Amino acid sequence: MSGSDRMQKLTIAMPKGRIFEESLVFLKEAGLTVTADLQESRKLIIPVANSHLQFILAKPTDVPTYVEYGVADVGVVGKDVLLEEERDVYELLDLKIGYCRMMVAGLPDWQPTETPRVATKYPRIASRYFREQGQQVEVIKLNGSVELAPLIGLADRIVDIVSTGQTLRENGLVELEHICEITTRLIANRASYRMKSEAVDEIADKFLSVIPRR
Amino acid sequence: MAKPLGFEKPLGMRDILPESLARQRYLEALLREQIEQWGYEEIATPSLEYHDTVGEASVTTTERMFKLLDKQGHTVVLRPDMTAPIARVVSSLYKQIPFPIRLYYQANVFRAQEKEAGRNAEFFQTGVELIGDGSVDADAEVIALAVACLKTAGIRSFQIAIGHADFMAGLLEETVDAQEDRNRLRERLTDRDYVGYRQLVDALPLDTDRRARLYALLRLRGGKGKIDEARELTVNGKARRAVQTVASLWEALEAYGVTEHVLLDFNLVLHLNYYTGIVFEGYAANLGSPLVGGGRYDRLLAQFGRPAPATGFAIKMDRLLQATDAKPPKKRNRLLILYTEANRSRALQEAQKQRQNGRVVITRLISESGQEPPHADDLDVIRITGEEDVG
Repeated sequence: MSGSDRMQKLTIAMPKGRIFEESLVFLKEAGLTVTADLQESRKLIIPVANSHLQFILAKPTDVPTYVEYGVADVGVVGKDVLLEEERDVYELLDLKIGYCRMMVAGLPDWQPTETPRVATKYPRIASRYFREQGQQVEVIKLNGSVELAPLIGLADRIVDIVSTGQTLRENGLVELEHICEITTRLIANRASYRMKSEAVDEIADKFLSVIPRR
Repeated sequence: MAKPLGFEKPLGMRDILPESLARQRYLEALLREQIEQWGYEEIATPSLEYHDTVGEASVTTTERMFKLLDKQGHTVVLRPDMTAPIARVVSSLYKQIPFPIRLYYQANVFRAQEKEAGRNAEFFQTGVELIGDGSVDADAEVIALAVACLKTAGIRSFQIAIGHADFMAGLLEETVDAQEDRNRLRERLTDRDYVGYRQLVDALPLDTDRRARLYALLRLRGGKGKIDEARELTVNGKARRAVQTVASLWEALEAYGVTEHVLLDFNLVLHLNYYTGIVFEGYAANLGSPLVGGGRYDRLLAQFGRPAPATGFAIKMDRLLQATDAKPPKKRNRLLILYTEANRSRALQEAQKQRQNGRVVITRLISESGQEPPHADDLDVIRITGEEDVG
């Protein structure tokens, strides 16, 4: 038998939530029709008719984990998650969707404090960033409503992703420092990238053909 | 940390129960037989090594080593791999033995893990080292041997990706002027961050030709045809020589008849600054991580005072076990001899006789009233009971 898998069945991990809708449009433009009620349906594994593809729906932070362990061959995930999770995967393409930015925010009258505390859903990114800035800060991991932290005195600053900035404004916070731009990426498992090189390249090329049009 | 509970083991350590161990030993025996047919001899080295010698020379980074202090206060490490210890032996106890030296091992190595508490920190590996032969034929030999090992182990679908440590470095030297930029590009490729690599290429002040060549680097993964594509990207020097080496290697692998299992990938980066030439990594279908890795490390031996080219590979046994369904052939039923006290010598002599005939025999003393023997499909039961007929 030949070395490569002739069938080359490909499993794609898709993130539920923020970038799901946009990713779905993207897939459609790339010629991959997925049933419309994907997110409403409770099914977590969705085969694509007449193809060798199947989708698994996952929490965004879990997408790189599935891909690293090889239970999904490729995945669609935000750069924010990739930076935070530090998984050993190939980052193949910038899909240029799901634009937002990672930033430091606080109250408009923020002043450096003696014991700086930063609340965030992204403790690794925050720690790394402040270390690079030569600041020693206490990072507090929160799982949601991060904007609340400066308002009630849990932390003096937050690190979070911002797209329109509306949530920040509504809570009277301002952007203090810009950390990096975030977009959605196509990632691949180390073994699949080689064992299923044709199928992985095929999907990457399909995606690539859509990117410039946007 | 809370006091460990009775059932707990240190992080990343695991028990191997008889059934799994039997499978592992069976596979190890298959590999051993294959490897010995290629003229490699088995070696064992200590579990503990000095940090300043083997620890420093090892490809594993210090943070990932288990370190402790010996009674004299030296830092010692649990061996993180077998290659560095073997380099130490070849440069000391084996100093008089002429090259080439072919050695293999089946041993456990230790690497501390950061993520996922349950991830293994102790691995069983089967590996080979071919020391003192810098030829492409030596590279081809260890790759062909790796292919033979995976086949022997019953892996049906697998691929060995092959690259060269100098190609990327050489191409970057040809195209990017500033050392700092080259390092940043290398870092992106090492991290497998192709998006970041492209962004950086776009941001650098390069002419279109150089930019196109840097972009094309990412597409150099595939069959024999990639050799010419790679050659076209290079002007001269290091990268060109690397392509030439890969081309000669391909010819040698054709002679071995193993190219159907080989994929060229000029981006394959394994342990920067350790490997010096051909590098390779093997993958099996439905296995998310590579199960074999290796390559040429021509600088290691010099660190122990006997400079020599060398190449080798290590197979991760836990991943091999996951990827294959090979299992030991079914054994003949075990024999259970039940006996009463009065018949002890007759029973035990019978047991010895059966063992000499190759049977697996378990004996058990029962009371005169006679218990029911335990039922098991792989057990034949004999009872030796009743009045003893005069001893």
